[in-house]
Amino acid sequence: MSSAVTDAHEHDHDHHGPAKGLKRWLYATNHKDIGTMYLVFSGIMFFIGGFMALIIRSELFTPGLQFVAPNFFNQMTTMHALIMVFGAVMPAFVGLANWMIPMMIGAPDMALPRMNNWSFWILPVAFSMLLATLVMPGGAPAGGWTMYPPLVLQTGDAFPFLIFSVHLMGLSSIMGAINVIVTIINMRTPDMTLLKMPMFVWTWLITAYLLIAVMPVLAGAVTMLLTDQFFGTSFFLAAGGGDPVMFQHIFWFFGHPEVYIMILPAFGVVSEIIPTFARKPLFGHDSMVYAASSIAFLSFIVWAHHMFTTGMPLTGQLFFMFATMLIAVPTGVKVFNWTATMWKGAMTFETPMLFSLAFLFLFTIGGFSGLMLAVVSSDIQYHDSYFVVAHFHYVLVPGSIFGIMAAVYYWLPKWTGHMYNEKLGQVHFWLSTIFVNVTFFPMHFLGLAGMPRRIPDYSTQFADFNSIASIGAIGFGLSQLLFVYVVIQCVRKQGAKASSEVWEHPKGLEWTVPSPAPYHTFNDPPKVAAEVAFS
Amino acid sequence: MSIEAQSRKSSGRSLGWKLTIMAVGMFAFGFLVLPPLYDVFCEVTGLGGKTNSSAAEVEIAVDESRQVRLEFVTTVNQYAPWEFRAETDGMTINPGALYDATFVAKNLTAKDKIAQAVPSVAPQQAAKYFRKLECFCFTTQEFAPGEEKQMPVRFIVGSDLPDYIDTITLSYTFFDTERLSDNSSAMSHSSPHETHSTQ
Ligand code: HEM
Ligand SMILES: [Cu+2]
Repeated sequence: MSSAVTDAHEHDHDHHGPAKGLKRWLYATNHKDIGTMYLVFSGIMFFIGGFMALIIRSELFTPGLQFVAPNFFNQMTTMHALIMVFGAVMPAFVGLANWMIPMMIGAPDMALPRMNNWSFWILPVAFSMLLATLVMPGGAPAGGWTMYPPLVLQTGDAFPFLIFSVHLMGLSSIMGAINVIVTIINMRTPDMTLLKMPMFVWTWLITAYLLIAVMPVLAGAVTMLLTDQFFGTSFFLAAGGGDPVMFQHIFWFFGHPEVYIMILPAFGVVSEIIPTFARKPLFGHDSMVYAASSIAFLSFIVWAHHMFTTGMPLTGQLFFMFATMLIAVPTGVKVFNWTATMWKGAMTFETPMLFSLAFLFLFTIGGFSGLMLAVVSSDIQYHDSYFVVAHFHYVLVPGSIFGIMAAVYYWLPKWTGHMYNEKLGQVHFWLSTIFVNVTFFPMHFLGLAGMPRRIPDYSTQFADFNSIASIGAIGFGLSQLLFVYVVIQCVRKQGAKASSEVWEHPKGLEWTVPSPAPYHTFNDPPKVAAEVAFS
Repeated sequence: MSIEAQSRKSSGRSLGWKLTIMAVGMFAFGFLVLPPLYDVFCEVTGLGGKTNSSAAEVEIAVDESRQVRLEFVTTVNQYAPWEFRAETDGMTINPGALYDATFVAKNLTAKDKIAQAVPSVAPQQAAKYFRKLECFCFTTQEFAPGEEKQMPVRFIVGSDLPDYIDTITLSYTFFDTERLSDNSSAMSHSSPHETHSTQ
């Protein structure tokens, strides 16, 4: 980087405000600026991905082919998933990490601010590239977000762009993860021992290690696809002695930890919110840490539950079935701890709390359907059906996405210095919660009745539940416009002024700085007073 | 900058590098270690239904007391321009005895074509007992325009075949190697899977 940038960076530490204009964002090294950019980027991707979902649901509203050609339909399912996973959910959590982790551990900024700038700016490049494939000859990738060969090798000109954009997303995540770990390990205020860290920081630390462990494996897998296609290798080509099933093993070795990458930070968020609105400390803080760590560890030995139908031997199926069910134990510990936190608490139900409660109920439904899928004998029937679609949308939408929304409502007053419109927030909550269930609950029935996933047309006995799901999806999509409205209103300071505590005696260092949080916080390491400390 | 902040910064750098090395290591693990490991694993366990890729040495020890049904399945990959079938649907065999079977393929184009047949055995548990002494799948097969070829496979199903297996399916898929040679103009078969390229 040029010396001019270095100078600007040095300026930052001289307690000046932000730079003016575009440069503030292009050369951003301030964790709050970068956090904001991540969150805005994620919001944009959420709407692009959501728009694709609505194309899918419109096509599926009635049986028969209505609006789009089957090949374009497949492009939509593939792009929707890639954009939501890598463009919406993951960057949103990185944005929250950027904003909150330094403030929660009493650090002045992230440990590696310039790398932080890079890890953000790689993302718009990656996704421009991915989105550009929509207009390339042969169209966008249409082989599913799991990119299984040999199907994915039939992608047209888009193929290398798909691979390189996945590389870039991986690079960005790895750089973000390194930054998070170094920040947490090195920049904590001296008072804060590891076990005194807030749960959000803990879950992010674990997530960051997962990212470093598995994103490179995904990069390796897609690189093999690339060399198979262009450089004459036969990693996955049977004719050359390779094995397409090996791709599935490598992909899911990444893929299952990936689903925990998308949920652990949400666990952290609700672990912050529920104590605040139950006005009780988090029940079993340390056991939560151990539970999250065991989940992370176990997530490496369950991948083949996505592959029960590939013809693996019985012993393999049994191993992966029991290992998968074992994860339900630490997950259960977490659910019980959240419930115990609320037990006899003086609860109030502001929007962040409502989202957290919905998270608790609906994520658990997703966990249960996951357990059903983990049973080998039933999975043979459910695999690749709409039941799987119902499962992962329950854990991802009212799970990860509700976690993100809860976090935004919870910390927005800290970011902007103003309260959001509580009434509209609650309306947004109820609309989202109702429509999410209208959309995804019927998919359980569809799957059990045998409707396959990733198809643009279906036989008529599935018609009723599909139209219900489509109505729900349109409702959910429209409700999110309200979310944008509420956030913009708050950012434009149209709500009441927020105090530095915002809520009633919440724990955590972030509540000891004024609202809005000044551009620079904690230039000197703070003392951790008992009122704000986590045990 | 205070001394404390300075030292925090440098130890942060070194942690950052360690984590970077970890990420690079995981890439190497995924890209360089896993694929060969997978092959070794499949070979040792016989999983994946793969059979020996070059002539095996076997002892003949016929088990007259037992009969196993062997079924043949032939598939042509995607649009590969061959007609491909087994001469018989299947046969009944005694474990430990030597047998021959014949497969027939015809090039349906007016061009020279090179094919590679890839065998697979189901159930997978039977794969390592299915030993080929000679097979058209050991090498690529060249076809003149319109040529029809009879291709032999000579094999023994080991008499140590587990009791619970009473039917074995031997399946061959016929691949057009044009795709491979097209892609590999520079590197022809020098893939990490070289050991397999003559399966
Ligand atoms: C108790 C916890 C969980 C269990 C037991 C579980 C189990 C499973 C199983 C067995 C499958 C494969 C189903 C099939 O393809 O036949 C599956 C698919 C999936 N799960 Fe979960 N899961 C759990 C939690 C989660 C979480 C927390 C997430 C994400 C936040 C998640 C995301 C997914 C996704 C995205 C798929 C589908 C992937 C695809 O094929 O495209 N799961 N789950
Ligand atoms: Cu999984």
